[in-house]
Amino acid sequence: MPEVEIDWPWQYNFPPFYTLQQHPETRSKQVAAWKSLILNYCEKTKNYTIDVRDTNQCPLFNNSTINRKLEPDIIISILGELQRTGNAAPVDKAKNRWEIYWHTLEEWATIVYDFINERGMQNTVVTLYELTQGEDSIDTTFYGMNQDVLIKVLRVLEGDRKCELILEDDIQGAKFF
Amino acid sequence: MNRIKYTSPLLLDGESTVAVENNVRLYDGDQKTSFEGGELIITTHRILWGRPGQIARGQTCLALHLNLVVFLEEESPSAFSFSRSRKIVLHLAETNDSPNGPQLTSIYNFIKLSFREGYTNNVLSLLNNLMQTRPWEAHIPSPITQIQPDKPNIPTIKQRLGIVGIERSLQQKQKETDDNINMAFQDLSKLMTMAKDMVNISRTISNKIKEKQGDITEDETVRFKSYLLSLGIDDPVTRESYKSDNLYYESLARQICSFLEKHVEEMGGMMALTDVFCWVNRARSLELLSPEDILNACKVMESLCLPVKLYEFSSGVMVLQLSSLDSSSIAEATASLIEDKESLSAEELSQTLGISLTLAKERLLTAERFGKCCRDDSIQGLIFYPNLFLTKDE
Repeated sequence: MPEVEIDWPWQYNFPPFYTLQQHPETRSKQVAAWKSLILNYCEKTKNYTIDVRDTNQCPLFNNSTINRKLEPDIIISILGELQRTGNAAPVDKAKNRWEIYWHTLEEWATIVYDFINERGMQNTVVTLYELTQGEDSIDTTFYGMNQDVLIKVLRVLEGDRKCELILEDDIQGAKFF
Repeated sequence: MNRIKYTSPLLLDGESTVAVENNVRLYDGDQKTSFEGGELIITTHRILWGRPGQIARGQTCLALHLNLVVFLEEESPSAFSFSRSRKIVLHLAETNDSPNGPQLTSIYNFIKLSFREGYTNNVLSLLNNLMQTRPWEAHIPSPITQIQPDKPNIPTIKQRLGIVGIERSLQQKQKETDDNINMAFQDLSKLMTMAKDMVNISRTISNKIKEKQGDITEDETVRFKSYLLSLGIDDPVTRESYKSDNLYYESLARQICSFLEKHVEEMGGMMALTDVFCWVNRARSLELLSPEDILNACKVMESLCLPVKLYEFSSGVMVLQLSSLDSSSIAEATASLIEDKESLSAEELSQTLGISLTLAKERLLTAERFGKCCRDDSIQGLIFYPNLFLTKDE
């Protein structure tokens, strides 16, 4: 994970941020703050997955300067909130591993398709590796995207009949229309 | 002497030995008899006399049933007698029993027991005691015949054989439990009917009190009600009058109020009910109030528009607080305190305000309910912070 300078919001150093608030209005503000913080952090660090079980090492949920950390059950409930807006999805049934989408899958799909259109790469087969690691896409936001997430994005496009996924053993790519 | 019978020295049912004396001679009236130097046993039912060892061996002895004794006295020893011998005179009642004794007729109505060597137990008072308590009447002994005619012992036949027997025993058991249950519930229903009566009585009396409000003083009314309460009778009528316009509680409420108002103010506008109880009773020294009286008095305070009133937190903690003070102003005040100190725990707040820990916590929770502060629950305890979530601009 590359060291990225993150400008933490003021809440990050506010101890009550790490306790679920009782007052409904306060709580909604708190949860909202957490949601945006998680998305921001993941976007900055290009983190496509979060494992709730090892959040202790993650500075996002563990603020060692004020010695506070967010409990896993609260993390799960906040990620659940993110799931409702399409910004996260649990990978396993126990809801321990989560994929985080700071752009929703639909947004990603548009971004990827726009990229293809700009380059005039319709009707050609592009490998997944090319898409996320290729020289052309170095400047794109989806550079270095987690492959599982990318496949989900392409499936959205496939549903719109804008591409066709090819998932063979020797070649993993997509043909865009 | 004709009342004395030959009998077996075996004790009767319910009979027990009271005292044993040795070297006793029997007199028929004033005349000495040949029954001398014998052993005398006083039981709860009879006086037994036998020659030494006779009784121990279970051989026939002489017996006089105590119910025949009318009166007894000690014969005062003659002035010239230096012996230790003492005599007790037993005056006897007439009897029609067919005599089975050493002497069929006697001209005397009394016999004497002569203790040649005095007696070790206080025979006279023992006998007098027995005469008074009459223990033999508790169990009337069947006349003992020395040798029972050999009747063939026919045991009562219980038909326990076969299925019929089993069924019968089951039936019997069922009947027994039935009877037991009936008995038990008879008592219960008795109790219930009695309780109903009691409640009815209390109701009529309290109705009378209501009618004659003027005739009976306030004190008497209260006293009567307290009697009813101490009996455990919860009369709805009296209860109602408690809640609404009971003069006693109203005056009590006013008294508590005038006394505590200043203190409540000093304590930040709130005082836990336990503290109220202590303060009030401390002030009243001997005329102590029960917790219930205080609670009831506090309950009517609000309806009387007094400067303090009872307030119950959602946790159930009850306090007296200034009427001018409501939850939102408490929340406001607490929030500004938190703002000053940046963060506050219940301990810190209780120290700053000089109030109890429970009250401090209640204040913080109230402030939280109003969204004036937010909590930080960590291993360091529950600490409250200004609610920056709502106040701070993004």
